[in-house]
Amino acid sequence: MIKQGLKALADALRKKEISSVELTQLYLDRIAQHNPSLNAYITVDRDKSLAQARAADQRLAAKTADAATALTGIPLAQKDIFCAKAWRTSCGSKMLDNFISPYDATVIERFNAAGAVNLGKTNMDEFAMGSSNETSYYGPVKNPWDLSRVPGGSSGGSAAAVAALLAPAATGTDTGGSIRQPAALCNLSGLKPTYGLVSRYGMIAFASSLDQAGPMARSAEDCAILLNTMAGFDERDSTSLKRPAEDYCASLSTPPSGKPLAGLRIGLPDAFFGAQARLGCAPEIMQQVEAAVAEYRKLGASTVTVALPNMQHSVAAYYVIAPAEASSNLSRFDGVRYGYRAPEYANLDELYSKSRAQGFGDEVKRRILIGTYVLSHGYYDAYYLQAQRIRRLIANDFAAAFKQCDVIIGPTSPCTAFKLGEKAADPVQMYLSDIYTIAVNLAGLPGMSIPCGLAGGLPAGLQLIGDYFSEAKLLNIAHRYQQTSDFHLASPPLFSA
Amino acid sequence: MSLNLQEVQRIAQLARIETSPAQAEHTLTHLQQVFTLIEAMQTVDTQGISPMAHAQDLGQRLRDDGVTEATNEADMLAQRALFQSIAPETEAGLYLLPQVIE
Repeated sequence: MIKQGLKALADALRKKEISSVELTQLYLDRIAQHNPSLNAYITVDRDKSLAQARAADQRLAAKTADAATALTGIPLAQKDIFCAKAWRTSCGSKMLDNFISPYDATVIERFNAAGAVNLGKTNMDEFAMGSSNETSYYGPVKNPWDLSRVPGGSSGGSAAAVAALLAPAATGTDTGGSIRQPAALCNLSGLKPTYGLVSRYGMIAFASSLDQAGPMARSAEDCAILLNTMAGFDERDSTSLKRPAEDYCASLSTPPSGKPLAGLRIGLPDAFFGAQARLGCAPEIMQQVEAAVAEYRKLGASTVTVALPNMQHSVAAYYVIAPAEASSNLSRFDGVRYGYRAPEYANLDELYSKSRAQGFGDEVKRRILIGTYVLSHGYYDAYYLQAQRIRRLIANDFAAAFKQCDVIIGPTSPCTAFKLGEKAADPVQMYLSDIYTIAVNLAGLPGMSIPCGLAGGLPAGLQLIGDYFSEAKLLNIAHRYQQTSDFHLASPPLFSA
Repeated sequence: MSLNLQEVQRIAQLARIETSPAQAEHTLTHLQQVFTLIEAMQTVDTQGISPMAHAQDLGQRLRDDGVTEATNEADMLAQRALFQSIAPETEAGLYLLPQVIE
């Protein structure tokens, strides 16, 4: 049962082959058994989860046909960045270790309204700042494929939980690659939607012009099911976009006539492929990516070389813009109204500076300091404005590329899961592991990572980048590949049920 | 780029993060590595390019300036009690802090 996709689980619930309480219990038992070795969840609350499951069972038993949704009774893991009423919402930080959220994030509210069950809050890099899940106050998450390796980050707990079958699917957030990179390292499908598609209300802010929530699951189809519930206008998020609702599953269920992807133009950036490649990807990953491109040609797609000349500057621009926004966002954690307060202080200034020094971890402090510096007098033009101009150049590059193609394909991560501690001493090495994903956030485009095979025994991710609001197209392109390949079905041997 | 120890201590003060001299030394090493990465940005010609502050070039949507949550006293008090139940220190509906004005 637990290896099933969301559609099969929903069918089983409707046909009463299993109840939501039984299904939830099944996952809670697996969490109790395996979480000690993985550390994927920060908070699990059996009573709360089972109460939601009982309510879902009642809804499923109701006579009215439309009472149940595609997610009623389905247990889902929630990244601990989403405020969930009466649940501890720590954001992976000592600063919020004692924070019991008084309200629901819009994403949580929408899942609750659909009747989904909250299985627990997943581990993450502190305030989503990291690419390995090693900056969490609650300790690192282990990669289910190899417990001596990282699961990626910052949504590493969600990735490990779904990969190890401790949840059917999960939420993540992606500021510079935090959904796609852990999805790649744990053999999952993960989608970062267009900026503004999913509400940020109640999602603890890191870099507000880049943050976007999205689904992480074992197939593109499951991502589409989650996105149907997550996406939509929210007046409580001033950057939420008003658009007609879309059914992201619609194009997946239509059986294609002839070659499924005939007419699709795939853009292959010269910075990723061939003699001009300069972003540095492990050759064994490139091999898998190129095999996937060949598979797409068989499905009817054509390929064209596109140029993304400014992509190589994306990491530098990001490490100005994201810390600048973070330094402002994280100024709210001052030990006054909620969160950690230092036990001893002589005056108000010490209350602030000691609470923040003790409540934040090293990486968070580092990024606050970078942000404070680049925004300070005399440096604003040289750093912050220059980074924003490069951001424009990167967005322009994508706009030009999408005149020639429908989707851009490349690797998600330049390396497979690395060893715990391997990059911890050198922040720059860690930052460069997001070289393929960051530009997508700067431009605000949708991006997806899907499994494309193993490289040296570890999962490799294929990245699909689309134009604004092309989520349905990306999901369809991913789904067609998953109809003819079985890489996404592979589970880590240690945790296969 | 020549970030020095004094500057690290100055920005730590601006950011209200208490930093010991030993921590500042350690932080300086890491920040220098990061700024080496960031400095590469200066080689890019951006003359005439307008800064992009946001992923979508849209104006900020505004709402009416009105009360949107609890409007009666009982609800307001309940809301305050809920929010203050997670505060470090409160008294009679107020957040307690060290004295600021002598």
